[in-house]
Amino acid sequence: MTTADNATAALVPVGGTTIELFDQGSGPTILLLHGAGGLKAGAPFLRALSAKARVVAPSHPGFGKSPLPDWISSIDDLAYLYLDLLEQLDLHDVTLVGMSMGGWTAAEIAIKNSERLARLVLADPVGIKPSGREVRDIPDIWALDDAELAKLMQHDPANGPNYATMSDEDLSVLARNREAAALYLWEPYMHNPQLLRRLHRIKKPTLFIRGASDGLVSAAYVRAYSEAISGSRIVTIERAGHSPANEQPEKFVETVLGFMGE
Amino acid sequence: MRSFYFSENAYPYLPDASEYTSIRNTLPNRLFDPKVGAELYHRYFDEWQYADEVGLNVMVNEHHSTATNLNPSGAVVLSVLARITKKARILMLGLPIANRRDPVRVAEEMAMVDNYSRGRLEVGFVRGVPYEISAQNSNPMRMAERMKEAHDLIIKAWTSHDGPFNWEGRYFQHRQVNIWPRPYQQPHPPIWITCKSPSQIDWVADEGHIAATFLTGYGDTKRIFDHYRARRVQNGHPSPGNDRFAYAALTYVGKTDSEGFAGAEKLMWYLNANKVASQFKNPPGYSSIPTSVALMRGASTAFDRSSPLESCIEQGIVFAGSPDTVYKQIRKHYDAVGGYGNLLIMGQAGFLEHDETMSSIKLLGTEVAPRLAQLSINAEAVPA
Repeated sequence: MTTADNATAALVPVGGTTIELFDQGSGPTILLLHGAGGLKAGAPFLRALSAKARVVAPSHPGFGKSPLPDWISSIDDLAYLYLDLLEQLDLHDVTLVGMSMGGWTAAEIAIKNSERLARLVLADPVGIKPSGREVRDIPDIWALDDAELAKLMQHDPANGPNYATMSDEDLSVLARNREAAALYLWEPYMHNPQLLRRLHRIKKPTLFIRGASDGLVSAAYVRAYSEAISGSRIVTIERAGHSPANEQPEKFVETVLGFMGE
Repeated sequence: MRSFYFSENAYPYLPDASEYTSIRNTLPNRLFDPKVGAELYHRYFDEWQYADEVGLNVMVNEHHSTATNLNPSGAVVLSVLARITKKARILMLGLPIANRRDPVRVAEEMAMVDNYSRGRLEVGFVRGVPYEISAQNSNPMRMAERMKEAHDLIIKAWTSHDGPFNWEGRYFQHRQVNIWPRPYQQPHPPIWITCKSPSQIDWVADEGHIAATFLTGYGDTKRIFDHYRARRVQNGHPSPGNDRFAYAALTYVGKTDSEGFAGAEKLMWYLNANKVASQFKNPPGYSSIPTSVALMRGASTAFDRSSPLESCIEQGIVFAGSPDTVYKQIRKHYDAVGGYGNLLIMGQAGFLEHDETMSSIKLLGTEVAPRLAQLSINAEAVPA
């Protein structure tokens, strides 16, 4: 067991590839799937969560230090990879927490096999296409400049990445994360056309979290998602954008732990 | 050396650049006046036709969603040129095949043009500039792999003559490939590929295609050509002839040096009128990680080449002046980079008017190209 303060990730073989895996804390198990921004070991929300639970958090292939094998290219691939991981680590009663593209991945896992899951938390998830072909459900992040994107992503744009103060190593990770995100999310853009009609298969308690200022994933989008999963509900976190875990870590952790205690 | 006259077919009649954020991808096409645009198309065809008449070869390219180039379909332009030119080799450089959904369609179209021209077509494949990604909705990741698979499929489609073959690849699926017509040239038209990165050069050298490079001046051009030559030799082939290499530069020839420089100043529009919104300059996966990091730190991209004319001439990205001056500039560059067999003349841009363009084409065809033709295109490479 490690604490998040001195968290180091191990490279763990799984499903025919190797992933960078954080495994911190003890108690009930959380499998945490990060969004397109990647996972930061020292993030305050991780530290707080791992003080109360065992947090197992992979960097998706291509993110962080996880290699990107040429046969992995889709969220579907990630879902099967993490089903393998759940088996390999023999995890049970898992709270599956997915953020943004990690939320999409979590939903894809749950529709395939929920046996090892106790509940789902989908924070600002992408993955569905509720509106028509001429409606951009999610703004095209690759057609926006950094300033426009920061405005949509953060409640306070100042919370976005500041290249000037980042090390070359951190910028390299960021550049690599951008590449991997493009691979998984480019087309169909941030969704699986079949996902919405498969979500009914999710029978585990499901909580949606949404940052009130999220400019990527709208309230209507999360409502459409939630309506497809029977019994699910939505908690909105104020003063947070697309990543409530990073902008409002205390509130986010309290919400997740509260749901786990129900 | 062979000389190819090339124009990007720009639509330059735009508001001041301060009034738009990007000349590519987001510029509304209401700014395109069809009456003006149609005349421009005919004018540019006249210029290509004239290039053929004065003994030059011609080159076409394609870009998408941009006022810098009115040719989103190379095949359409080529098919006209195949009919209105008589002797010129017709080069398409190139087709962005990593961004194409259907390589078999590319094979079909090029086979048609090769027949229209009775075997005068040369087909280039390019990775394409970064701005094309958004316009084509093409995933910028794994472009090199897609490009190679498309290339392999196109060549197989051109060279298979015994009925349908099967292709179930990683990126393209076609269970019954059987193109009609087949190409006029056998086994297929010459293939060109633009290259810059070492891995791309390795591939192009291994295939033995013509390696082309645009506006890379002295150092980079030499690096690319040297790398190609070394790779061929390393793999046990003879040192490649100069016919395997091509260099593209902005070129304007006047009757005098001052007329040549004045024309070249107008060509500089190509370098200067390229205001592109930052998000289109480096899509994820397009550049290496270190390059992306440098760009995040504010470096300019390889496509931001704006600088004064004298500096561009010094760098070898512009050739300009009287016929003799231009010949000497090209010769100096040719010698410095180890020689090349194909010069790609970007001879029209922006507000360079029709008569000015025609005047340069005439001098290129009658006074510069014949001297360049004396440079052996099949000479063994001279060791550096």
